[in-house]
Amino acid sequence: MTSSLATLVTAATPDAAPAGGAFTLAWLLVALPLAGAAVLLLAGRRADPWGHWLGVLASGASFVVGVVLLLALRARDADERVLDLHLFRWLPTGTFGVDAGLRIDPLSVTFVLLVTFVGTLIHVYSVAYMEHDVDRRRFFAYLNLFVAAMLVLVLADSYLLLFFGWEGVGLASYLLIGFWNHHTPNAVAAKKAFVANRIGDLGLLVALMIMVATFGAVDFATVLGAAPAASEATLTALGLTLLLAACGKSAQFPLQSWLGDAMAGPTPVSALIHAATMVTAGVYLVVRSAPIYEGAPTAQLVVVIVGAITLLFGAIVGCAKDDIKKALAASTMSQIGYMVLAAGLGPVGYAFAIFHLVTHGFFKAGLFLGAGSVMHGMGDSVDMRRFGALSGLMKVTWGTFALGWLAILGVPPFSGFWSKDAIIEAAFVGEGWRPWVFGTVALVGAGLTAFYMSRLYFMTFHGKRRWNSGHSRGTERDTGPVLHPHESPRLMTVPMVVLAAGSLVLGMLLAAGDGFVTWLEPVTGVAEHHEPVLPVPAIVTLTLLLVVAGAALAWFRFGRRPVPLRPPAASALTRAARRDLYQDDVNDALLVQPGTYLTRSLVFGDRTVVDGSFLGLGRLLVRLGDGARRLQTGFVRSYATTMTAGLLLLVGVVLATRF
Amino acid sequence: MTGAYTAVGTGFTPPDVDWAPLAPVLLVLGAGVAGVLVEAFVPQRLRRPVQLVLALAATAGALVAVAALWAGVRDTGGTVVLGGSMILDGPALVLQGMVALLALVALLVVADRGQNGEDAFAPQAAAVPGSQYERTATEQGLAQTEVYPLVLFASGGMMIFPAAGDLLTMFVALEVLSLPLYILSGLGRRHRLWSQEAAMKYFLLGAFTSAIFLFGVALLYGFAGSVRLSVIAEATATTVGLDPLLLGGVVMVAIGLLFKVGAVPFHAWTPDVYQGAPTPITGFMAACTKVAAFGALLRLVYVVVPAVEWDLRPVLWAVVILTIAVGTLASLAQQDMKRILGYSAIAHTGFILTGVVALDVDGVSGVLFYLLAYGAAVIGAFAVVTLVRSVDAQGRVTGEATHLNQWAGLGRRSPWLAGAFCLFMLSFAGIPLTAGFIGKFAVFTAAVDGGATPLAVAGVVGSAVAVFFYIRIVMVLFFSSRSPEADRVHGAVTVVRSEGLTTVAIGLAVVATIGLGVLPSPVLDLVGEAARFIP
Repeated sequence: MTSSLATLVTAATPDAAPAGGAFTLAWLLVALPLAGAAVLLLAGRRADPWGHWLGVLASGASFVVGVVLLLALRARDADERVLDLHLFRWLPTGTFGVDAGLRIDPLSVTFVLLVTFVGTLIHVYSVAYMEHDVDRRRFFAYLNLFVAAMLVLVLADSYLLLFFGWEGVGLASYLLIGFWNHHTPNAVAAKKAFVANRIGDLGLLVALMIMVATFGAVDFATVLGAAPAASEATLTALGLTLLLAACGKSAQFPLQSWLGDAMAGPTPVSALIHAATMVTAGVYLVVRSAPIYEGAPTAQLVVVIVGAITLLFGAIVGCAKDDIKKALAASTMSQIGYMVLAAGLGPVGYAFAIFHLVTHGFFKAGLFLGAGSVMHGMGDSVDMRRFGALSGLMKVTWGTFALGWLAILGVPPFSGFWSKDAIIEAAFVGEGWRPWVFGTVALVGAGLTAFYMSRLYFMTFHGKRRWNSGHSRGTERDTGPVLHPHESPRLMTVPMVVLAAGSLVLGMLLAAGDGFVTWLEPVTGVAEHHEPVLPVPAIVTLTLLLVVAGAALAWFRFGRRPVPLRPPAASALTRAARRDLYQDDVNDALLVQPGTYLTRSLVFGDRTVVDGSFLGLGRLLVRLGDGARRLQTGFVRSYATTMTAGLLLLVGVVLATRF
Repeated sequence: MTGAYTAVGTGFTPPDVDWAPLAPVLLVLGAGVAGVLVEAFVPQRLRRPVQLVLALAATAGALVAVAALWAGVRDTGGTVVLGGSMILDGPALVLQGMVALLALVALLVVADRGQNGEDAFAPQAAAVPGSQYERTATEQGLAQTEVYPLVLFASGGMMIFPAAGDLLTMFVALEVLSLPLYILSGLGRRHRLWSQEAAMKYFLLGAFTSAIFLFGVALLYGFAGSVRLSVIAEATATTVGLDPLLLGGVVMVAIGLLFKVGAVPFHAWTPDVYQGAPTPITGFMAACTKVAAFGALLRLVYVVVPAVEWDLRPVLWAVVILTIAVGTLASLAQQDMKRILGYSAIAHTGFILTGVVALDVDGVSGVLFYLLAYGAAVIGAFAVVTLVRSVDAQGRVTGEATHLNQWAGLGRRSPWLAGAFCLFMLSFAGIPLTAGFIGKFAVFTAAVDGGATPLAVAGVVGSAVAVFFYIRIVMVLFFSSRSPEADRVHGAVTVVRSEGLTTVAIGLAVVATIGLGVLPSPVLDLVGEAARFIP
């Protein structure tokens, strides 16, 4: 076991070869969308007529470069697929220097393709979705900025450059959540996301400091290469600080409260940033830092616990939300919980975490785009209690959404089945109490997922119409605005169809012959096969049974029975779930209120003590200055007198001190 | 060469003159003389362009000559020319280069006539203010193009000043630089009586100080039997019993120089003259006179004073602290832009003096850097002042709008100009990433290293207080709006279009202020290499 661990760790950090050939193009990945953002922001209103297409083009071109990289990487032997592209000396200082460079390996290229492919689709979708927004150009500038920053994040070859991208995506996220900031709650949501992310960023900063102090470097090659030799205490500290960063960015417990509010942003943003890509950066960070976690079992356990808690937390919240986007956000949180849990399991889980990340990126983006399409047709309403019976009116949306729904449920052969089932199986691997606890959590999570996603699906597309069609009168449902739900334009439906196709086949394709897991092996290391504590067929059967049970329960409660227009009185748990399990209240009581009191008292002290003495001093000085001004009489005679006096005084003093 | 002349045996030995090191000075003074001939022989219409080209070429040529001489001076430490009357060592050469460069930029502002074709000078200086003659001269569009040779003569004097090897040369240089400045100060086109009053005051007080300076020279001659600085420095070690002559002489010569830099209590002329003189000349004076006078002061202090450092220290420290205190405090109470800049010049004199009295090699380089940083910002600031003008009831553009209230909201109407002005204010205030910060840092560090920590503390406290009025200007420019009340009291305000020359000058000043603030190393290295005086 020990020896296999050692080989495994070396396998996880092979020496990166210098990049040449097609790989030298990798900088274009970042440069293209960055240039797009720059042009769109600097060109101003002039770019309004064509700006959105430039945004699509920049993102699409980046995808093409990504494909070239993929092909070039696949043409190499598996053990030569980790490359470093040195770009320039970034921070030259005396003894400590940082280079800016790109790490090209199967993991980063996987992310590049996910980000640019889904990103480009969402760009296309946004062309239609944001058509009537006067600031569409600015929106695309921010989207391009996000893509560039996200690519820096996943391509960086050092933690510092990663941090740069990390902050970049945080900025883009902030700008896009608050895109409609003329509406105060949106601005507040953006601020909340920003502040919660800052707390996580602090973790990454501390981790950087620990790295500089311990290893004297921040690049992956040095840090990860030296990690196995470092003390467990150091590695635990690093693991926990990196986890804090991951929690902030990936909306994991206890920093998850911002994600629900982040739905204030335009729906394409929710799909790209807050479902498919940025929020999974935490998983990337943990998997990338595998050698650190290998040496820190305690940190690993904390990662698994955080993942498990968030998994259940998100699922429970998702069961009670009536806002379609917030329900999807809770689901995102829960699904990322699965990934974090898998990443915490060590080599058995890394590949599956990334696998689920990729499939989730597709089906969740598809689900969000579907939700956006529904909102588009329903006058921007998000209240599922006011939806219903849309399946016939929005056939493409319904069909693609249904595929995404089946995928997230984990119904075979949809893509979620392959990735989520693998995580559940991996959670059951191990000794002692852990496999039983984490396995059960993962299993229960699958059932809960089936319930809340089915609830969402049935409430939206099936059951009775609960919106005002303008034809009948008298019932309560006819109180709302008159709506004419319609299918969305082609520019929106095509990306949805593509993503739905992904939800259908991607899992199968990547799982075939363990292809995806093998592909990632140069980064994640070769995982020894371990048998779960329960036989695999039993786990699969149990999972499917729970999924069917959850979906059926949802059908009986929200598909067959009429859904009340207002949330009915419910149990304490439901009421808590509707309020995000009181997370905001806890944060408010523990952090916000004391913080407010502290600032208030500081402001009071500032006003009275600091300002008081300062202003008093200022008044005194001005009075002195006034006195000095009065000496300036304007008469040459008095000036000459002053000078004579000065002369006599100076000469007098000098001679007097000597004699 | 020498032999060929002495072989004639007439008894007169012509001095052996090495002309090359004198090239910068000769270029500028020669162009000044040529400028006088231009006045006599070139038709009136062509005079301004010819004078301008001549003046710019002379200053630029001087700059090139300085650059060409630099390598030799850096390697050898410098040369003594004209039988010891002039010393071309590192500091002297760098200061000459700085004078030439700053004079070049100042000339651009001097030459600019703005959108209505009127420069800042009286069309006929001899015309009685308010007379019919004056009106006629204005209507005919006459111009007093003697301004250019006068600026060149002043610049030539300023270039000799820091290179003077004996006190008489220093005195002559002092007069050569001062006399043109007295005249230039009195040439203002508007508020001519103020302008003439300022010139008169400057002249009277300058003459008074010259007398003190000369008296000091006489005392030193009495002490050492020579006016040569090196001889005086040697005599401090060998001559016994004549210390009152030495101390009195050094103090009085120093007072002559302290007057020129505007140190308290010899500062009283500064605000009045800065306000009264035509603004381009104020900018020229503020930058170049300071460079020259500090150069001479550095030479005096570093060559002669070390021997009597302990005797002079208390009074020099008192002068520094007083200068900082009066400069900053009096600025607080001012409402007139030119007067604020005048008092600010006094405060900066105090800051620079901390580096001078540090008596440390780093002090020299710090002072040199500070002078360049301050010179760039102050020319730029006064250049901006020339463009902000009052408008009379008929809508005609008149004189400069110097009251602080008139500048309110300028940032909204002329963001670039106001932005440049803010940058200069930030540099004056010593905000990081501007040249002023590096300069302050350099002189205060030198003061601490030279054992003058109290002065550095005074400097830092003074800078902190000074931030108030610089930031107040920024606030007025960008965060307050024009009130109809202020317009009624002070008249409406407009920003005139420059002919381009002033814009170039402001642009150069901005580039220098940012460049020296962000990438100071090349210039710091240069002044570091140049910081050794040869006696």
